[in-house]
Amino acid sequence: MFSRSVASSLLRQAARPAARPAVRAPLSAFRMPVPLTPFQMRLLSDATRGAIDKAVASAPVVLFMKGTPETPQCGFSRAVIQILGIQGVSPEKFAAFNVLEDPELREGIKEYSDWPTIPQLYLNKEFVGGCDILVSMHQNGDLAKLFDENKVLVEAEEGDKKEQQ
Amino acid sequence: MASITEASLREAITQRLGAIHVEVTDMSGGCGQAFTSLIVSPQFQDLKSLKRHRLVNTALKDEIAAIHAWTAKCQTPAEWDKERDTAAPSLDGTVGGHVEGTNQ
Repeated sequence: MFSRSVASSLLRQAARPAARPAVRAPLSAFRMPVPLTPFQMRLLSDATRGAIDKAVASAPVVLFMKGTPETPQCGFSRAVIQILGIQGVSPEKFAAFNVLEDPELREGIKEYSDWPTIPQLYLNKEFVGGCDILVSMHQNGDLAKLFDENKVLVEAEEGDKKEQQ
Repeated sequence: MASITEASLREAITQRLGAIHVEVTDMSGGCGQAFTSLIVSPQFQDLKSLKRHRLVNTALKDEIAAIHAWTAKCQTPAEWDKERDTAAPSLDGTVGGHVEGTNQ
């Protein structure tokens, strides 16, 4: 019951950082005036790399996903959002980027991370993994430890107070 | 590239990763765009999860780029021995073993 309410409050709040101008700024840098040709898409331009650098640094926990935290467009992205909710990642320390909004981000992030699939999770600018890795780290306890060490979880006390209200 | 099937992936994994046991399941409902796998290879020995997946991603670079969804469970022979009765390709992120949104 407790973890469920924390999870749903994260799901509600998780989209908020993306709505703030500060986090939205890098997204506009991804907007492309002209569609990319297949040849161009294979090369990660300095501009794209710079925009992804900013996105990765925009919060301690950054997820590149299909859809939004409230409305994931793919089962793997949904699974990761659920895991972050159950773990109790603080919405204030979380930002999500929807790769479906931007073809350049969608291709660029694969090369940037040297990882062929979406979703992709970054913690303090370091690549953690995709859905498979996060599911197994969630199950074996490594993820809870990692999040705790990096202080990105909602404080237990705060959670208790919320429960009592 | 020729169309990717459970059999073609199984063969590629066995050859390129020295796998001693491979299970590949098509979870696309037949359109051949989404696969989940269990790979048992001694090459995973002493590698952390991220490195194991990177090894697989590199070995299957062209195949993974050509399909919509790819998921892998990477075990060493010793790890597989311990849970071989229950070990199976992961279905996390799917709905009843099928991937949603394969048209994305």
